[in-house]
Amino acid sequence: MFIAAAAAILVGMALALVRAALGPSVYDRILAVNMMGTKTVLLIGVLGFLTGRPDFLDIAMVYALLNFVGTLAVLKFHAYGSLAGPRSDADDPPSS
Amino acid sequence: MIGSILTEHLIDIGLLAFLAATGLMMLHQRSLFAVVMLSGIFSLLSAGLFTLMDAVDVAFTEASVGAGISTVLFLGTLALTGAREKRRTIWDLPALATVVVFGALLMWGTLDLPHYGDPTAPIHHHVADRYIEESGTEVGPPNIVTSVLASYRGFDTLGETTVIFTAGLSVVVLLARRRRPAARPPRDASPDAGAS
Repeated sequence: MFIAAAAAILVGMALALVRAALGPSVYDRILAVNMMGTKTVLLIGVLGFLTGRPDFLDIAMVYALLNFVGTLAVLKFHAYGSLAGPRSDADDPPSS
Repeated sequence: MIGSILTEHLIDIGLLAFLAATGLMMLHQRSLFAVVMLSGIFSLLSAGLFTLMDAVDVAFTEASVGAGISTVLFLGTLALTGAREKRRTIWDLPALATVVVFGALLMWGTLDLPHYGDPTAPIHHHVADRYIEESGTEVGPPNIVTSVLASYRGFDTLGETTVIFTAGLSVVVLLARRRRPAARPPRDASPDAGAS
């Protein structure tokens, strides 16, 4: 069962890779990278159970957090051109 | 058990094939934004491979630095320069020959290395035996890792702690400066009561 799950995840990775290479718009590529990160998380989790060491699950969860923050950083950068947020008024910094 | 080992090998081969495919796609793309995104994918794939080889700390560094920070740095560079690469399809044969020769040399060099996971490799017997057998009497703590980090490699740990402490201090200093208002108001409006 885990073997089938791992194979399915590999197929999903291939599809995400194709989308990252072909994808015409910027958001296709960002979404492809995000999906690749999710697939990596899942692959690490499945491999932990496949090899009988589910300790890897913690690492997979840390990866999930990192993936989320990284996607936010890329999106913010794409929207504003910097990581500081919109540069409208200086005395009211955005709280994100 | 045999099935799981076979599956692990197949996953290794699949991830390596994805790595090669990602590299080729990066070569063929002209939009540099796509290249940056593909390099993030490359880092994530390598992190997965490192995790498969039980090098969890290396994998985590690869994921955070390769897929996180360098992607953002590349995007910052793209915002300053341009996002399109100039079309240039000249085959630089001497460069290709150099790369192929050096790659072959590196592969030839790995033939002398002990096999992956070999229990008789020198790395597992150089000082590890002494740590396992005598750290209890030489140092004291029942945890071998604690003995190695705090005693056998004490100076190394001291240096690492200094580096991490300095980095944390710098972050605190940088974040504490954000409180100051940008447009300076009159002096009595905001007394400088920050804890810096």
